[in-house]
Amino acid sequence: MSDPILSLKNVHTHIEQHHILQGVSFDINPGGATILLGRNGAGKSTTLKTVMGLLPASNGSILFKGRGINKKKPYEIARMGMGFVPEDKAILATLTVEENFRLSMLNENEKSHENLEEVLDLFPALKKFWKTQAGLLSGGQKQMLAIARVLVCDHSLLLIDEPSKGLAPIVVEQLGESLIKIKDKTKVILVEQNFNLARQVGLDCFILDDGHVVYQGLMEELAKDKALMKNYLGI
Amino acid sequence: MNTSSTLALKNETKTVNFKKYLLRGCIAGLFLLPLVWMDLQTYLTLMVAGLSLGMLIFLIASGLTLIFGLMDVLNLAHAAFFAFGAYAGYSILNLLNPLGWVETGSFLQSIISLGLALLVAALVGGILGFITEKLVIKKVYGDHLMQILVTVGVSFVIVEILKIIWGVNDEVVPMPMGFSGSSIVFGVFIEHFRVVAIVIGLMVYAGLQLILKKTKIGIIVRAGVENQEIVQATGYNISLIFTLIFAAGAALAAVGGTMMGIFNQAVDPYMGDQFLIFALIVVIIGGMGSVTGSFVGAIIVGLAFNYFAYLAPKLALGVNFMIMAIILLIRPKGLFGKD
Ligand SMILES: Nc1ncnc2c1ncn2[C@@H]1O[C@H](COP(=O)(O)OP(=O)(O)OP(=O)(O)O)[C@@H](O)[C@H]1O
Ligand SMILES: [Mg+2]
Repeated sequence: MSDPILSLKNVHTHIEQHHILQGVSFDINPGGATILLGRNGAGKSTTLKTVMGLLPASNGSILFKGRGINKKKPYEIARMGMGFVPEDKAILATLTVEENFRLSMLNENEKSHENLEEVLDLFPALKKFWKTQAGLLSGGQKQMLAIARVLVCDHSLLLIDEPSKGLAPIVVEQLGESLIKIKDKTKVILVEQNFNLARQVGLDCFILDDGHVVYQGLMEELAKDKALMKNYLGI
Repeated sequence: MNTSSTLALKNETKTVNFKKYLLRGCIAGLFLLPLVWMDLQTYLTLMVAGLSLGMLIFLIASGLTLIFGLMDVLNLAHAAFFAFGAYAGYSILNLLNPLGWVETGSFLQSIISLGLALLVAALVGGILGFITEKLVIKKVYGDHLMQILVTVGVSFVIVEILKIIWGVNDEVVPMPMGFSGSSIVFGVFIEHFRVVAIVIGLMVYAGLQLILKKTKIGIIVRAGVENQEIVQATGYNISLIFTLIFAAGAALAAVGGTMMGIFNQAVDPYMGDQFLIFALIVVIIGGMGSVTGSFVGAIIVGLAFNYFAYLAPKLALGVNFMIMAIILLIRPKGLFGKD
């Protein structure tokens, strides 16, 4: 198997005095989507933010494409090819849809405009709201914009935090289709509570509980293990 | 989304806009009121005076809009940037004057010497702002009380440095010949430098609007003010961006200082203090973070000050606080503030 694209070894994260991540270790291999599971408050979002450099890891090491990134600033990590769609406030509400995209293009060149065309084919609804302030979009449209805006860069890894939160089932279905297309091109780490969606999109998964990794394996195997599901995910 | 929900959205924004435009219309209408007590020529003379004062205030307020309005930093050192910039500009004019470029010489030489004075002032102000942000402001983002304490300290230090360089006394600022004097056009008395002030105010306004609304840098700045986390995770060095915004705000204060110094033909170390109050009023009237708001607010304050100074001189200073109170009662976020 090829080298992992992302590798965490014994990562600890503190938020103020709270010890949130208590030694998280995992290797993420390139290709497809890896799902990060765990109940509310397990530390999924904290893990993504720590990887992105938005929260400092107090201990441990994080390797992205073989290079240590613990001490790097979020903007440096982003420029190494990591894209991040946070759980909340994932778009810039005061900017128009167009400006949200322009912001995402670190270099506005032919390639990024080509990417934009492709992305808009994936989310055609956004074209209609090109000049609309993003804050006025519906929840589903905002979520599409949140994902679409990170796609215009050629990232090698995307961290996507609960994109289906608060969306109607039909919209979740569309989102799932988009995510499947995305993960065929770019490696995705997806935090997703909607198990059906996670199963459609993801190949393998990790379960976090109380700041530790408690399970790692294939999605299909997890789906068969009712006891494990009940214990850690409550389903 | 289908068309019906787009329509609903449009209608909703329409009602909100209606109230906003009504208020703006009323304010515009109010400025015709002085015509009841004076003839048209006096009215227009005062209007030119008011507009130019407004533009001078806008120059200070525009910097404050960036620093206070956009970045939410209560910067009481703004007056010190203003004064330091005024002295920097004064030094350039003083240097060029013996060469025959300022109080004598051609119109072109006047334009060049003013341009140089403003450029150097902006540079000096920008550098001061850059250093201030890096050394102290960086550590107090989000903490208003600390910002007040720290910037009062910075202000004190800057003014002391100013006194060491230029001395404690007032200095006379040479006025470029091309802009001195006055004309009477259709009975309206117009001092030439007031026209220059209006032109420069308009240029700065247009420039700022263009940068903030149309350029990539403007997008990054607006985004950074809304949500730092996303902008960082997108790949921009937010810390550097904030330093640059602060430096730009300080540079604008310095440009304002130079213009005010030439306008009054005098500079003194504490010249910024009285205008800081005006500038704060303007930023609040206009709505935090809105450049257009500051522009309109500055015009309102400048005009009101001049009309009241003529009609009821004793009220002239207080009237701006009254205007601020009334506007905030009707629209707590200011004329152009975002709800
Ligand atoms: N700013 C903060 N201050 C204190 N505790 C925090 C803070 N942010 C997160 N936490 C705590 O850290 C733990 C992990 O939070 P995190 O957001 O990573 O959970 P999560 O797995 O993403 O949960 P969810 O599924 O609800 O999004 C929680 O117990 C939470 O209360
Ligand atoms: Mg979360």
